[in-house]
Amino acid sequence: MLPKDDLLLSVEDLKVFFHSDGKVARAVDGVSYEVREGETVCLVGESGCGKTVSVLAILGLIPRPPGEINEGKIFFKGKNLLELDEEGLQGIRGKEISMIFQEPMTSLNPVFTIGDQIEEAITTHDAVEKDETGRRTIDLLADVGIASPEQRMSDYPHNLSGGQRQRVMIAMALACKPDLVIADEPTTALDVTIQDQILHLFRELKEKRHMALLYITHNLGVVAEIADRIHVMYAGIFAEVGTVDQIFRNPCHPYTMGLLASLPSRARKGQTLYSIPGAVPDPAYKPQGCPFHPRCTYVQESCRVEFPEMCDFGNHHFARCPIIYRQKKGN
Amino acid sequence: MIVMNQNSNSSLAEGGVLEAPKRTLFQENWSLFRKNRLAMAGLVIFVIFFIIAVGGFFLTYGRNPAFDPALVRLQEKLRPPLSKPNLETLRPEELPRLGIYLFGTDDLGRDVFSRMLQGAWVSLTVGFVAVGIAVVIGVFLGAIAGYYGSSRVRLGHLLTSVLLGWGVIDLLTVFVTVLRGRGGIDIFLGRIAVDTFMVLIGAGIPTFLIRMGNSKGRRPIPTGLSVLFLNLFSVDVLITGLIDIMLCFPSFFLILTVVALLPPSIYTIMAVIGLTSWMGSARFIRAEFLSLREQDFVTAAKALGVSDWRIIFRHMVPNAMAPVLVSATIGIATAILTEAGLSFLGFGVPPPNATWGNILSSGKDFLFDAPWLTFVPGFAVLVVVLAFNLFGEGLREVLNPKLKERH
Repeated sequence: MLPKDDLLLSVEDLKVFFHSDGKVARAVDGVSYEVREGETVCLVGESGCGKTVSVLAILGLIPRPPGEINEGKIFFKGKNLLELDEEGLQGIRGKEISMIFQEPMTSLNPVFTIGDQIEEAITTHDAVEKDETGRRTIDLLADVGIASPEQRMSDYPHNLSGGQRQRVMIAMALACKPDLVIADEPTTALDVTIQDQILHLFRELKEKRHMALLYITHNLGVVAEIADRIHVMYAGIFAEVGTVDQIFRNPCHPYTMGLLASLPSRARKGQTLYSIPGAVPDPAYKPQGCPFHPRCTYVQESCRVEFPEMCDFGNHHFARCPIIYRQKKGN
Repeated sequence: MIVMNQNSNSSLAEGGVLEAPKRTLFQENWSLFRKNRLAMAGLVIFVIFFIIAVGGFFLTYGRNPAFDPALVRLQEKLRPPLSKPNLETLRPEELPRLGIYLFGTDDLGRDVFSRMLQGAWVSLTVGFVAVGIAVVIGVFLGAIAGYYGSSRVRLGHLLTSVLLGWGVIDLLTVFVTVLRGRGGIDIFLGRIAVDTFMVLIGAGIPTFLIRMGNSKGRRPIPTGLSVLFLNLFSVDVLITGLIDIMLCFPSFFLILTVVALLPPSIYTIMAVIGLTSWMGSARFIRAEFLSLREQDFVTAAKALGVSDWRIIFRHMVPNAMAPVLVSATIGIATAILTEAGLSFLGFGVPPPNATWGNILSSGKDFLFDAPWLTFVPGFAVLVVVLAFNLFGEGLREVLNPKLKERH
């Protein structure tokens, strides 16, 4: 394990289940990860594999019912967040951990000006004077790259473009100088050029404010740009964990390999783009054994029965595939 | 040259230099609203009515008002509109301020114009206060039902409200009885003790529930007390049930019954109309909340650490107010009509205060001799109610995006 002293967030064996119609959907089925100060950790995976749920659990935003956190501990600066009551969580949300959502078009309240909304983000946690709030709002807007922030403050969300709204969302998330920012696919709804600008903004802000970033995406290109460490998620579990180099140069789980192979690239121009056969299993009916085995090209008899262990590939590179492990270590 | 300008502008669009003409939501809605002539007419009449009512209050209020609605001039009874007063039989202070009887006089020689002025104020206040009460209750209950809908009401909650409610009301009754001198405090000591006990237990239960709820099952719940955690029904069922029960009563007869039991006064009328007409706004707000609750900006506000109450009343209610605003405008018309109806039946605002309803009521005995006594207040009610309805319809068309394209 890596040293513990700069540990910010550690999630241990988290399980989040959803109950509906007597069925149990195991959306997150035992994941553990850590975020250190100033680090960027990425959760990657297809839609519906439990990425969002696993981070909503950190802030206690899982709707209950139908959701339920079955097991696990979430330590933030040594405190178990799952044991906090609603009031305690409200003190953490936005103040120490804040979150940015996928849809900038709907994440802002349409009836208030953006200035009002950022000011609310500030005054929710910090008791500050009125003109001080105004000044901080302008600073924040300038920080996230909004031109002429003084005028923009009195704009309503519908006056802004998608990229600008996402910048405002980022400003709101940064309002109380949190130690950890969770970004849930913040660039997915934006077009490519804006996506690039927002990613640059994230990198710049992270360096300037020395905050940790927990970044969720399904876009491997984005991951390569900003991640320190990557967690590849599949059907509620981590398939593979490692640094950007480890994951991209030496993928050790068939799912990761499939994802990388399905990236469009110039070298294979003209060929049909690879896609992993099949689809993500319904979280209520996961296959027995390795959840990936129905789609796996390396599948063996044991995969259908045994739930695979995390295998250590060295240098904090882990993958949940004993088959590949045996192959690589055999060589 | 022009083309170049456009290019340089659009490349800066993300930076926010290129700006669309800025208009607030209000300006946009206002320009839409102005195109609707009938609604504009409604608004204009509403504004005129408002000015007349407020002016009427100041002109008819006090010991020696400019227009005295209660001044009896028996020698001048049933004068038709626009007739001149008989200068020989009246003392100078009895002369109408306008020099003529604009709307005539009634069977006691009272100036109908002054009485209409006073009645306008009554109609306005009854309409606004009653609807205000209804909207406050409706928004509150509807918001709770929509936001906390799926939460369960536990046996403990129900016990709390019964014990606390009973205890507090009984204590107040004892208090009032003693204050009125209907008995010394010593006879009630037993009752006070029981009430205090009930209030304490009632207040204790939620504290217990909250403490146990926070510990999330880490501490075992003492046996026997776990019955307090028995889930009965959801908050939504409770509130929608209440709405359905209230809607079952034919409201005018419910109001008649209540008014018959309570002392007649303008405040009773306001309160009763308000308390029996909140169901519409509660339903609208609940329906809006059910969809708003799932919106991203609500989750985003939660993720910022904003408290539930603030999310409900600052973030969600303003987004849910549009249909309520429309129904409230039409509700004011209904309330004015209800008040006029009650006064006409003699259950409303007691004489000598004039309202449009009781001017109408006393006028019906002279329908053929003095038709202006029924025509003037009847026409006023018609115009004001129509104006509010047209205004409400216009608002509905502006605020409902599905209807926007019709003009």
